[in-house]
This record gives sequence, structure tokens and C-alpha cells, in this order.
Amino acid sequence: MSATFEVKPAPAAPASPAAVTARKPPRTSRRTQAWRSLRRHWQLYLLVVVPLAYFVIFKYVPIANAVIAFKNYSPIKGPWGSDWVGFRNFELFFQNPVFWTLVKNTFLLSVYTVLASFPIPIILAIALNEIRNGRFKKLVQLVTYAPYFISTVVVVSMTILVLSPRLGFVNDAIGLFGVPSVDFLGNPDYFRHIYVWSDVWQTTGYSAVIYLAALSGIDPALHESARIDGASRLQRIRNVDLPGIMPTVVIILVLGVGNIMSIGFEKAFLLQNPLNTAQSEIIATYVYKTGLLNADFSMATAIGLFNSVINLFLLLGVNFAAKRITGNGLWS
Amino acid sequence: MSITLQGFRRTSVKRSERTTIEETRTDRIFLIGVRIMLWIALILVAVPLIYIVANSFSSPSAVSAGRVLLWPIEPSLRAYKEAFSDPLIMKGYLNSFIYAIGGTLISVTLTIAIAYPLSRRTFFGRNVIMSVLIFTMLFSGGLIPTYLVVQDLGMLNTRWAMVIPSAIGVWQVIIARTFFRSTIPDELYEAATIDGASDLRFLWSIVLPLSKPVIAVIALMYAIFQWNSYFDALIYLKDPGLYPLQIVLRNVLILNTLTGSTTTTSLAQQLEQQQLANVLKYALIVISSLPVLIIYPFVARHFTKGVMVGAVKG
Repeated sequence: MSATFEVKPAPAAPASPAAVTARKPPRTSRRTQAWRSLRRHWQLYLLVVVPLAYFVIFKYVPIANAVIAFKNYSPIKGPWGSDWVGFRNFELFFQNPVFWTLVKNTFLLSVYTVLASFPIPIILAIALNEIRNGRFKKLVQLVTYAPYFISTVVVVSMTILVLSPRLGFVNDAIGLFGVPSVDFLGNPDYFRHIYVWSDVWQTTGYSAVIYLAALSGIDPALHESARIDGASRLQRIRNVDLPGIMPTVVIILVLGVGNIMSIGFEKAFLLQNPLNTAQSEIIATYVYKTGLLNADFSMATAIGLFNSVINLFLLLGVNFAAKRITGNGLWS
Repeated sequence: MSITLQGFRRTSVKRSERTTIEETRTDRIFLIGVRIMLWIALILVAVPLIYIVANSFSSPSAVSAGRVLLWPIEPSLRAYKEAFSDPLIMKGYLNSFIYAIGGTLISVTLTIAIAYPLSRRTFFGRNVIMSVLIFTMLFSGGLIPTYLVVQDLGMLNTRWAMVIPSAIGVWQVIIARTFFRSTIPDELYEAATIDGASDLRFLWSIVLPLSKPVIAVIALMYAIFQWNSYFDALIYLKDPGLYPLQIVLRNVLILNTLTGSTTTTSLAQQLEQQQLANVLKYALIVISSLPVLIIYPFVARHFTKGVMVGAVKG
């Protein structure tokens, strides 16, 4: 195949000096630049068409469709033909007694998740970084990383089985201390702990990898000079490692805070049962139930939109804060 | 947050030097503490996994009596036989494979198709397109508006609903773009154009062969994501014949819907059915996680690298 290419004379001759100088003309408007790029690299623009269409259809059309939050959606009239109702859906939602419960549950669940799953990977990464023994270190990493690849359905199933009042070993274990068996999933007070700690179990190894990489990026000369000055391992962790990974820590924390109201649907929904909804009903699960089970499309969209807008402002605010603290935003 | 590969190399040098220097006493005690901590972490993560595997290989009666802890009791393969002869579970397995393979092919193709042009400096408007992509990470229309699009396209209750609506991940685009940008020098492109290669030709014959590691990483990310996902199936699929394994699992494991026929009347048979249903749950967990856990140790390293590539801002 490549032989045919060599036989053909190059159609445009970019190799000639004239073409090279022509490539950077003294001053051209952006429009002519764009036009020239389009003509020369039309194949690249062709490549982008389908993926861009994907983003328009599956990401931007839904944003336009969200207009039904301000309408009384009728499937026959479609999103644009339905009748306007202004902010009525939002007012109804804010007046609904469930509103504050949802906000509180979502907020508390997220804050708890961030607080618990934030420091533990750092400790794990620092501990792993101190160990020299290759095989033990690899084993710990391999095992702690593994749960990250298990599906949410399986992790929730495992949680339910392990905590089961009749079969699970957790109840056997606390039974040894004379504690009567507990129905963990039937009691709303346990829901957040189950959610958060199963999450820590699943993601700690994965999150530690990011910190391990940051730790290995620390200049070893710093460690060497600290050693020569007689610093103990603990002192070196405190004065070399921790400052070294601080930028990473700040970014991860800031991301966690920015996503506080956007906690996922999947796990909460799976762990939910009629007995624990008092604490397990969060905005995402409520949207699903309102929209797809009760078919109240407009209301579900309004609640989702309310949540999306809060998320956007949280992220923008947090990005602004990150820029102030670290001099570096999360994006751009 | 710049993480370089050099960092890895440097630590290995540091370690070999360390061996020559004596540890002080406090440091040795500290290291013992660290080791104990790591052992605890290892046990905490491993015990639930071992517990599940041990149960799955035990006899139904031992499982139902809660006698199994970390080693199979009265070893038996009943549960696995039952699982592999259940048509719904096998169908789910097959469906999941179809979605994982088909979805990954579509996702990787589309991701490269947008990531490569975005990595080229001569591509006009790449910053605008990147902003268009990143905005979708920050703001979304929500569940119902997306559902309406899928409905309007006639994808509800079809296999397409599983692979198209979540085809491209912005994160994966960023990873691929960063890789292309940092490993394919402009000179290479210029040399190829001199030889008469077009943009597509260059992408196909030079960029792609050079980018095998990053393609492998994003392919695995998509495949594992597809294999593990259940949400799209939950909202878009109605026909049980299309269900992926995760939905079947949810029905059996969490909603406690038995798949086998329960027309038996005698009490002893019912009890046996119940016991079998218990052990079946453990076997299902093992069966469904196996494909991912088998490939995981081989890809973990690349996975980590991929995450790192994405973390370096281009």
C-alpha cells in the first residue's frame, strides 16, 4: 500500500520552500485561516462530524428538552408544543414536604462520603510508599485496587449478604460479643454508614494510586537531605511527603466538594428498600421514581434541573476557590 | 499536578540507595507499625471477597446454616451447575458480552475520531469543540430529557439503547487527546505529508500503531464500564431477553426474584429450593465478576498509566 504512495507525485508540494513560507503568511484574518485549514484538513473535520453529532443529540438536545420543566408536558404535543406553566413545577416541589428531606439526605450522604473516603487513601498511599518489600507491596496494591472493578450491583449484593441478619458473618461476629443480631438494611439509621463504608471499601485502593503517583514525583534529593539532617521517617512524611502531595490533595478535595449534590443514583437506589427510605431517598432516586415510575415528566425534569443548576454553581464556585488557593483551576 | 514517568525511575534509584543505609530504631518500629496497618487493610478488603468465594463453593445446607467463613464447607459445585443451566442468567451473560464488545468498538472508534483532530494544532476551532465537550461534564439536561431523546430516536427497548446514548466519555477523549499530543511530534506529520500521506492515512498508518497503549486503556475502561453498568438497561429496556447480566443479577440478588421454577409443593423440596437460592447468589457474584477480575491484574498497570496521562494537563 505504501509503495503506491511513493510512486505518486505529491499533489500539493508542501516540501517546496515556497509552500513552507506560504504556510505562515504575515497577517490573515481568522476566517481565511479557518477556511484554509478546512480545505487542507477536510478529512479531520469529516472525522469530527459523527462524534460531534453524538454530543449534540445526546447532550445538548436534552438540555433543550429540559424546557419541559417549565411546561405541562404532554407526550402528544411534544416538548416544544406543550403548554407553558412557568415556575409552577418548581414551586410545587419546593412546597412539597419531601423537598427538605431530599436535600438533607443528598447533602449529608455526600458530605459523609467525601469526609470518609478522602483521608483514607492518602494514609494507604503513604504507608505503601514507606514499604520497600516489592512483593508484599504489590500484593496489597493488587488486592485493595480490585474492588474498584466490581460492579455496583455486585458490591451492593455483597454488602447485603455480608450484613444479612441470618446468614451474614458480620452478625455472627457481633454475636460473639453477645450483641443480638441487627437488621442493618432495615434500619434507616444505618443506611449512610453502609453506603459510605462500602464505598470506602470499594474505592480506597483506586484513589490511593493517584496519591502514590504524586508521591513518586517528589524529588528524592529532598528525602536524602532530610535523612542526612537526621529526620525520622515520620518527620519526613510530615515535612517532605505531605507538602509534596498537597496540590493533588487540594484538587481531589475540591472536586469532591464540587460534586457534593451530584451523588450518583446507582448505589443509593440499589441499597434502598421500603424500610430505609427515610434516609436513603436522595434527589436522584426521587427523580427516577417521579419521572419513570409515576410518569410525571415535567416534575422530574424540574427537580433534575434544580439539581443540575446547583451542581454547576458548586463546581464553578469550587473551581474559583481552587484557582485562588493553588493558582490553578480544575480546567482551562 | 504534573506527573512524569521520570518520577517512577527516580524512586527506584532512591530505594537501592536506601538499602545501604542503616535504619534507626524508631524508624524500624515505625515500619513495623506501617506493615501492621497494611496487613489490616489487606485483610479488610480481602475477607469479604474470600467469604463470597468460599460460600459459592459450599453445599447449599452449609451456606443456609451460615457455617461457611473463609473456606468452603462440604465443597460442592451445585450452585455453579444451577447458574450455568439457568437460561435467563446465560442469556444475560451473552447480552453483556454483546454490549461490552459492541459498545467498546463504537466507543473507541468515536473517541479516537474526535480526540485525534482535537490534538492537532492545525485543526481550527479545537478549543471551541473542547469547551463544548467539557460543558457536558458540568451540566446535563437530566434523566427525563435524555430519555425523551432516546425515545424519539426509537431506541427504547433495543440493543442500541445500551451502546449509543453513553458512547463517548469526555474523560476518555481527554486521555486520548493528551496522549496523541504528547507522543506524536509535529515533525512526524510533516514528514508523512511530504511522502504524500493524507490526514486519514497518517492517522491510520502512523498514529494508531504508535498509540496502542492508550487505545488499550480506553478500550478497557469502556469495556469494564459497559460490563458493570445497569442504569441504562434499567431505564431503557423492558424485554427480559435483552437484559444484561447486571440487571439479571439485581433481580436475583437484591430483589430476591427466584429464576428457577417454584412449582414444587413438598416442604422438603421447598426448603431445598430456598437453600439452593441462597448459595446461588454467591456463585452468581463470582461468575459475574470473574471476567473483569481475570483481566484486571494484567491491565491494572496500564489503567494506572492511563489515569496518569489524563491527569497531566496538556
